[in-house]
Amino acid sequence: MKYKTVIGLEVHVELKTASKIFCGCSTEFGSPPNTNVCPVCLGLPGVLPVINKAVVEFAIRAGLALNCQIANYSKFDRKNYYYPDLPKNFQTSQFDLPICEHGWLDIEVDGNIKRIGITRIHMEEDAGKLVHAGTITTSDTTCVDYNRTGVPLIEIVSEPDLRTPEEAKAYMEKMRTILQYINVSDCKMEEGSLRCDANISLRLAETEPFGTRAELKNLNSFRSVQRGLEYEQIRQAEILDDGGRVIQETRSFDEAKNITLSLRSKEQADDYRYFPEPDLPPLMISKQLIENVRMQLPELPDSRIQRLMATDGLSVYDANVITSTRAFAEYYDAVREMDGDAKLVANWLTGELSRLLNANNVEIERCPISPQNLAGLLSLIKDGTVSGKIAKTVIEEMWQSGATAKQVVADKGLVQISNVDEIVAIVEEVILANPQSVEDYRGGKEKAIGFLVGCVMKLSRGRAKPDLVNKLLKERL
Amino acid sequence: MLSREQVEKVASLSRLQLSPQELEKFSVQLGAIIEYMEVLNSVDTTNIEPMIYAVPTTNIYREDIRKPSLNHVTALQNAPETDGEYFIAPTVVEK
Amino acid sequence: MEMFRQTINQLHKRISNGEIVAADVVESVKQRIAAVEPAVKAFITICDDSEAVAVESSSPLAGMPGVVKDNICTQGIRTTCGSRILENFIPPYNATVIDRLNAVGAVVLGKTNQDEFGMGSSTENSGYHITCNPWDLSRVPGGSSGGSAAAVASGQALWALGSDTGGSIRQPAAFCGIVGMKPTYGRVSRYGLVAYASSLDTIGTLTRDVYDNALLMNVIAGYDERDSTSINAPCEDYTAGIYDGVRGLKIGLPKQYFGEGLSAEVAAALEQAVQTYRDLGAEIIEVDMPNTKYALATYYIIATAEASSNLARYDGVSYGLRVEGKNIVDMSERTREQGFSEEVRRRIMLGTYTLSAGYYDAYYNKALKVRRLIKNDFDAAFLQVDVLLTPVAPTQAFKIGEKTDDPLAMYLSDICTVTVNLAGVPALSLPCAFTNNLPVGMQLIGAPLSEALLLRVGCAFEQTSGLANKIAPCGGGK
Ligand SMILES: [Mg+2]
Ligand SMILES: [Zn+2]
Repeated sequence: MKYKTVIGLEVHVELKTASKIFCGCSTEFGSPPNTNVCPVCLGLPGVLPVINKAVVEFAIRAGLALNCQIANYSKFDRKNYYYPDLPKNFQTSQFDLPICEHGWLDIEVDGNIKRIGITRIHMEEDAGKLVHAGTITTSDTTCVDYNRTGVPLIEIVSEPDLRTPEEAKAYMEKMRTILQYINVSDCKMEEGSLRCDANISLRLAETEPFGTRAELKNLNSFRSVQRGLEYEQIRQAEILDDGGRVIQETRSFDEAKNITLSLRSKEQADDYRYFPEPDLPPLMISKQLIENVRMQLPELPDSRIQRLMATDGLSVYDANVITSTRAFAEYYDAVREMDGDAKLVANWLTGELSRLLNANNVEIERCPISPQNLAGLLSLIKDGTVSGKIAKTVIEEMWQSGATAKQVVADKGLVQISNVDEIVAIVEEVILANPQSVEDYRGGKEKAIGFLVGCVMKLSRGRAKPDLVNKLLKERL
Repeated sequence: MLSREQVEKVASLSRLQLSPQELEKFSVQLGAIIEYMEVLNSVDTTNIEPMIYAVPTTNIYREDIRKPSLNHVTALQNAPETDGEYFIAPTVVEK
Repeated sequence: MEMFRQTINQLHKRISNGEIVAADVVESVKQRIAAVEPAVKAFITICDDSEAVAVESSSPLAGMPGVVKDNICTQGIRTTCGSRILENFIPPYNATVIDRLNAVGAVVLGKTNQDEFGMGSSTENSGYHITCNPWDLSRVPGGSSGGSAAAVASGQALWALGSDTGGSIRQPAAFCGIVGMKPTYGRVSRYGLVAYASSLDTIGTLTRDVYDNALLMNVIAGYDERDSTSINAPCEDYTAGIYDGVRGLKIGLPKQYFGEGLSAEVAAALEQAVQTYRDLGAEIIEVDMPNTKYALATYYIIATAEASSNLARYDGVSYGLRVEGKNIVDMSERTREQGFSEEVRRRIMLGTYTLSAGYYDAYYNKALKVRRLIKNDFDAAFLQVDVLLTPVAPTQAFKIGEKTDDPLAMYLSDICTVTVNLAGVPALSLPCAFTNNLPVGMQLIGAPLSEALLLRVGCAFEQTSGLANKIAPCGGGK
């Protein structure tokens, strides 16, 4: 493509506090409509907001994890606009003095690290949900559910530093990982606890000023972020190729049709009439509070990756997989503490354990195999009690029953046979039973030995030590 | 006096419909009031911090503790229209 | 003497003596309502079933019947704000002040008339009806708490709650010859007060003498964790020291409040009051508050800007009036057209204009800076004097209909009171004369949280003047 793309993202994150930002209602997702509501979040006449302290702490935590400067003075403002999901017809948000500014986030682009600037993070209240009988365009009515009204949000605004849809997707994924690490949000795009609006424009060269941008909404999955932007890139390029002008407007991504559609043009410009929220005193954020929050921050993914590679000698791939979520990384650390062989631990986590988790659609937090039990299995492998192959059977059993590796091995009689006499007996039985294969091998068909090894393993129910079987077979052929 | 366009824009931002007579009347009245307010232009406010809050307090928080919400029936009791679950409003689409 | 003619303090003593019971007081006041309300029209809603409920309380307010301005939310009792847009709105919760009054067993007899959303100075701008001044039924009771003031002055209530954003308690108290307190911003919780201008609104008290006012303040003042702007400082007993007099106190007369525009009656009454204080041993000092002349413009910019946002919620979606329309925008516009009076729409438009893109710095932000200068004037004055004495309004109660055609002229009648809201300080309005059978009020302004001092200074005057507990004839002669 002859154009260069410029993308900036505005990410809305629902914080997982117990109560809403300005009242004591529950933030729980999926409650029956209009059950988590009170006079305050319904915006009834006469009510007043009181800030939930946890919201401020979560915002600071996110700011520190994203390398931001935390403001020492911050305040709330009203953003005035009419929409029926907003009971007061203003959103309590932050305008000129957001709680965090000037941060960054590193993403990986073609094996290189690229730093994406974060302009600001501010706190605000979420709006309610509109439900339409039929579709939004055919329905005569709108059903309003205010359960989500007042759920705390942080809005994270990036610099226009992203250059491709893939980078945008990588940024979102990295953002999710970090926010989950620091435990401020579930970041479930499908439930709307992580949402993304994208600004995208094209220009001929990096040195040119930015082109006119479109704002994309309704990007409800990581895939949509990339696909919506890819479509928009092509759409804008075609307009420019035809000598046209891109108009500044808000467009919605239609996931099913894989296209973007115009919602409203900015011509009828929004005028939000921001002004300071008189009902909420400002915040003076002390160094002490910031340091307290910083002390409680967990080790973040980038630093973990460095540590796993440098200290544990893991590959980039393994380190990335293991640090993909905080829970997985902590699981690794727990097993690793009990078992010194980092490489072995990494292999089993990225291999068998991941396979079982995926196949059963289970999060690592609910893994039926405890880190101790996995460490127990690895020690049985290392001391030769079970073979690597048998261990795969053992871990399946451990997954089902929750038992220790030792118990499984004992109950199922899966101890590896390394006694020479026992194996010789089986080997001789196999040779006698398969004269044809024996003849083939002796006649120069090297491959025939594989069949014979298989027979020995089968007869021993997989327990015969593979290298011993090979050796003893060859001696007798 | 405010221009017709200014009054129309302000009315639209305020979700108010004005009749042509009201439009005329408001553009005169608002214009007069705003002219009166221009008196502030003569005040020197160099280095004066805006006084946003009547009382200078900071950091008023509540703990993150759930409190009972309204009973569902009570929550909907003032609704102009409801199906017993949702508040019902006319469509958001321009028709 | 009929019980409705007595003060809370007097009646409480009679109840304590076992001479009468609270139910008798309620009955007496209800009879007075039946007799004079048709002429005064102070109420929007009368609570017919209200009665004295036995509460374990030693409060002098226990069993005492009073009224509440209709912009203070009462659970289960409709709260209209004087607006048709909230004609059928029934709050599912109580304002904090109502909870506090209930806790001591005070009886709420009804909800009083007001200028719609507090926007007005005469109660002529109610969506329901005009309330008459009980001293002269052809005159306004003042506003916006005109219903509350008229009810107390006419004997239909022993106490009333009002709200004051730019003078809405003090000016009607002055017009009706009673005592009105606008407390320090944050001293009384605003939780449940329907917002007009959030940074200026205060709930306050209206009574027939200063002592009763202190008793009512004792009940409603105090910190509330539901109002983030509430002041977290202990409250004193407002009756303690109320009789300590003014000897040795310094009373300031800000010259800017005594300029042109003051009627001869008001000027003469104030002069007399100043002499009384001098005679009582106070030192009178003239003070300069040079930014006073900017207060009205500052006030109307800030109040209307906040109002334009506070009143956005009345859109017909989840409560209040709905006028059907073809889509949501059309419905909301029709609802607001029909539900709001012209004055309310004018102020919403004004506030929207001054906040809109390109004007914020010139109007709103500029007004916030001038507000600081006005506050600084007060800070400087209170370094010199203990309290300030000023008129409440430039004139006595004016005729119904006299100013309704000229919004700017109506705004100008708030000139002596808006400064107090801008500075957030407390002020007491009390009668200082009756001229031509109409009351004249004066205003005592104090430093933040000086309510007790204001009550003491007011009480000293009242003891001398005898202008306490005057019941208006309501057209029926004395
Ligand atoms: Mg936002
Ligand atoms: Zn709530």
